[in-house]
Amino acid sequence: MPENQLQPEKWVDNYADYLFNYTISRVGDTELAKDLVQETFIAGLKSSKNFKGDAAERTWLIAILKRKVIDHYRKINSKKGKAEVRINYSTDEDEGNWLEERVADPFSKGGDGAIENEELGIAIQDCISKLPAKQAMVFTMKTIQGISTEDICNELGINPSNLWVMIHRARTALMGCMNKNWF
Amino acid sequence: MLCTKSQYGAATWWELLQLKIFIFFWKECSEFSQRNTKFTSLCERAELNALSEKEKAEMKKKLEEEF
Repeated sequence: MPENQLQPEKWVDNYADYLFNYTISRVGDTELAKDLVQETFIAGLKSSKNFKGDAAERTWLIAILKRKVIDHYRKINSKKGKAEVRINYSTDEDEGNWLEERVADPFSKGGDGAIENEELGIAIQDCISKLPAKQAMVFTMKTIQGISTEDICNELGINPSNLWVMIHRARTALMGCMNKNWF
Repeated sequence: MLCTKSQYGAATWWELLQLKIFIFFWKECSEFSQRNTKFTSLCERAELNALSEKEKAEMKKKLEEEF
């Protein structure tokens, strides 16, 4: 009996945001990220018979998504053809160490910071996925999507007091989770 | 909960005053407030994204068509 089983009817609710955040940091385009996530779910459905149950459902979907991202880059790079490298030895610049000025700053922390922020996002999404469904939804709508209190209350049929209680509980749980997984 | 509301700029001036009093007198409240503020800055740093309920509904519909 496999340890993990697939529940495709819950994939969107359980994993869509996680996969979306994972993808958007890698492709940088919202619409493309949505398409890739959709394709991942469909591919997962089509290959569900191959799921052996060794890995968790989300891990399995992420593996499919990674291949989708790689395929995307292969497709766009094959269209570009061979790259041409041209160095413009413009004489507009000052003489002297002009080549060194074009090299990336080795002390720049931009790259490391971006990677850390991406991992932080994944860690927070992971913690959000452990919240009760309604708390996760309210927290996401208020904090991530920036929807107004009134609109959330109207959509979910709750009053502002309920909303703040849920957000408070969600944040308390998330802080505890991040304390274990991040700090 | 006042602390949580203040993180979203949703606390009234009276609630903010109450919060400041609680933070001043109770160490636990002060510590919670600091953790809450730190968590807010983490969320901002992470630049989180989420699909809207409409977008998720469309995804579910496409997935159901494949079923």
